[in-house]
Amino acid sequence: MDFKSSETLVEHPAEGPRTEDELPDSAAAAVKVVIVGGFGVGKTTLVGSVSEIRPLTTEETMTQAGVGVDDTIGVERKTSTTVAMDFGRISLNDELVLYLFGTPGQQRFWFLWNGLFDGALGAVVLIDTRRLEVSFDVIGRLEERGVPFVVAVNSFPDAPVHPVEEVRAALDLPADVPIVDCDARLRPSSRDVLMTLMRYLHSLAVA
Amino acid sequence: MSDADEGWEDENPERLYVITGGRSGSSGKSASLDLVTLIVSKNSPKPGMQPEHATIMRLCHSPLSVAELSAYMRLPVSVLTVLLGDLLTDSRVVARAPVPPAQLPDRALIEAVIHGLQKL
Repeated sequence: MDFKSSETLVEHPAEGPRTEDELPDSAAAAVKVVIVGGFGVGKTTLVGSVSEIRPLTTEETMTQAGVGVDDTIGVERKTSTTVAMDFGRISLNDELVLYLFGTPGQQRFWFLWNGLFDGALGAVVLIDTRRLEVSFDVIGRLEERGVPFVVAVNSFPDAPVHPVEEVRAALDLPADVPIVDCDARLRPSSRDVLMTLMRYLHSLAVA
Repeated sequence: MSDADEGWEDENPERLYVITGGRSGSSGKSASLDLVTLIVSKNSPKPGMQPEHATIMRLCHSPLSVAELSAYMRLPVSVLTVLLGDLLTDSRVVARAPVPPAQLPDRALIEAVIHGLQKL
């Protein structure tokens, strides 16, 4: 295809996916799962270890909540409060695609959650046992929104090892919410986290 | 948060404002777009189109999610959905909606996801 005439007008011509990263035309629908946790907890690492594409970055802005048309003040505010989200992709079969979005858990980023969690299958709360504080707010917020979630404890070499039940007590988690240990750098481990979430969702659907 | 943060901090608001003609993306066809709605072009871009519209049509010759388009074009999702709204209105692209959200996920859908993950 030759679109040079229009491309010359674009400051930075956008590069699309590599040929091997293109979805087949049969791809009919997508589902999403959200990985939520504090900074540096390993969200992007987890996404990257299971994704079939190199993780990409998109951004969301606060203005989606409701700045009117022709509101230039809003446009200024839009770019001053952007936040990036890394995401990856897994083709589940010829027709169904799973997207994984990593999003920060801190309260000031909750404005992202509306578009993100609407229609999401569920969430993985990724935690670092050295810094549990962020997780309290996140878990409360997910429960409020009715988003089903599992908790994954990312293993850091210098983090104290806590038995799962200690983590459950510390987070005041209901007995039915699964908690798993993981190493977000490893694909099988990250896949197991997603499998744990799916089996949990399956049990909710059956009940 | 990530390397890409830096690029976006350079983004100037005026450029984004011009791209959308000052519109925000919360109404019309763009309102139903999700981050994982798959976009597919119906044909090739036409000469004389707004460059961003042409780029979307070029990138979407195979299905691409709204999130992927946003990433490749380095445009905020809110700006991108305005552009997609234009193309949807003109029937230049089609949107393949995500699996409809339900209060509780459908068993068959979850089983399809589990089966897909097992192959990883």
